[in-house]
Amino acid sequence: MHPVFRNNAGRVGYVAVWMVLAGLLAALMRGPGQLSWNEALSLAAPLCVFYAFVCLASWYVCRAFPPGPTSATRLVSQHLGMAILACALWIGLARLLALPMNLGTRLDAAIPHLVAVGLLLYLLSVALHYVLLAMEASREAALQARDAELRALKSQINPHFLFNCLNSISALTTTDPAKARDMCVRLSDFLRNTLGLGERASIAWRDELELARTYLEVERVRFGARLQVEMIVEDACAECQVPPLVLQPLIENAIKHGIASMVDGGIVRLESRVQGGNLEVSVENDYDPEAPSPRRSGLGLRNVRNRLDTRFGGTASLRTGSQNNRFRAEMVFPCNKAN
Amino acid sequence: MLKAIIVDDEELARQVLRELLGTAGGVQIVAECANGFEAVKAIGEHRPDVLFLDIQMPKLDGFEVLELIDPPVAVIFVTAYDQYAMKAFDAHAVDYLLKPFSTERLGKALERARALLTEPDAHPFQAGDLAASARPPGQALERVVVKDGTKVHIIPIAKLDYVEAQDDYIALRSEKKSYLKQQTISSIETQLDPQRFVRIHRSYIVNLERIARIEPYTKDSRVAVLQDGSQLPVSRSGHTKLKELLGDSV
Repeated sequence: MHPVFRNNAGRVGYVAVWMVLAGLLAALMRGPGQLSWNEALSLAAPLCVFYAFVCLASWYVCRAFPPGPTSATRLVSQHLGMAILACALWIGLARLLALPMNLGTRLDAAIPHLVAVGLLLYLLSVALHYVLLAMEASREAALQARDAELRALKSQINPHFLFNCLNSISALTTTDPAKARDMCVRLSDFLRNTLGLGERASIAWRDELELARTYLEVERVRFGARLQVEMIVEDACAECQVPPLVLQPLIENAIKHGIASMVDGGIVRLESRVQGGNLEVSVENDYDPEAPSPRRSGLGLRNVRNRLDTRFGGTASLRTGSQNNRFRAEMVFPCNKAN
Repeated sequence: MLKAIIVDDEELARQVLRELLGTAGGVQIVAECANGFEAVKAIGEHRPDVLFLDIQMPKLDGFEVLELIDPPVAVIFVTAYDQYAMKAFDAHAVDYLLKPFSTERLGKALERARALLTEPDAHPFQAGDLAASARPPGQALERVVVKDGTKVHIIPIAKLDYVEAQDDYIALRSEKKSYLKQQTISSIETQLDPQRFVRIHRSYIVNLERIARIEPYTKDSRVAVLQDGSQLPVSRSGHTKLKELLGDSV
């Protein structure tokens, strides 16, 4: 439905605008055609009623030809063509209305003005519709971004992870109480930090890494010697602002599809550096290509990709691939620093 | 005294189960396994009464382990969180324990196992059936596991050419070798992706990608010639199914 009709204010406002326009049009036609107010208004009013609908129709044309994917020449020719058609109809209607009024040649003098106004009004409606479309798109994008964030945070506290941790703690309470307490503390740290992230749009890469480190420490208690971690992080990255928990799904995948699938475990290797104004991150892990696949939802990676897209558009990327039984995820996005 | 085997890839998970079984009493742990291969071997050797089985493990997952063991055993799944599998447990497993669990909860599971083991004609834990029904529905098999003596073969679905029924067994043909497995052809038919595997005959399921052509054989029967030259009989209803999937050209 056309946005003007979505609420009463829109409908009333639209009618009011056209009443004003009808008045102005009548005033404009009076001069050259030497028309009386009566004659001018009885022409302008029906003309404006007609055009009020024509201009609404341009909304659908605008929606069908969004400026991005449509080429500029196509866009211009499309709308100019429609404008000329609309204007021709409007002039035709004017002549039809003038017939019973015996205006003779007096109308002809006003025709150039009518043509100009008709073209301008139509093109103006096109421009306004594009503005409306852009506003809707940005509202939509904001909604999507928020949804993606919420999904990311929801999928964050993975129940598998949580229950397995609690089980490890339960095992440690008798054999190694100090380690059990230590794990409680780490797990709490991790949960507390992730819970606080919901309200923040960005965090420093340093904090994101710290979160990953805490997570890996907790998982190390569970997997023991099977999980080895290597982190190579350039100092220059520390202050880059990143969407919170953008790294987390990559680390979780490395554990779930990698380390957990190997009898003797393997290495998770995380590297990050700044290169040409971009933050480049890679997460690499061993995996067993013949392992039974746990339900591969792919949701984690898709989420990361969506969030990078909504935040950075085309300037960010996430690539994955595997070679020699090592899986590698590479993430690149602009390193913006706070202030 | 119940003989038990613990199968879990996490040392701490095995440890807590070991400890709680000690507290519960009446159970002798004959083996602890960290992956599916070890489990299949140990179950064959020790023939336990009770099996504590994790689901996600390296090498073979818990369901695959069940497919490969012969002796009837009371299976108790031990898992962190698995909403699909849980429905199946309700119907077929002796019990399931959700990590972390208490000694009391473990005691209850053991009671159920004991009750079932002492019932003379109860056969509730034929492992193969359990494995087939415990798999989440709507999820086609990605690979088939077969035991050959002490060796376990894993056949990825893409490398499976056809399946032939042989009495109570099925022969799985893959890369010029045959593997025998104790399962009915109807049961594996339900597990395979119907878009890729078609039951072309009472005794044959074929991988569609392997069919080179269909040739007439007698007046109203046909044979499917595979890329490696082997010929499989096609029944009339099998031919109808092939036509639906591959078009009238067959």
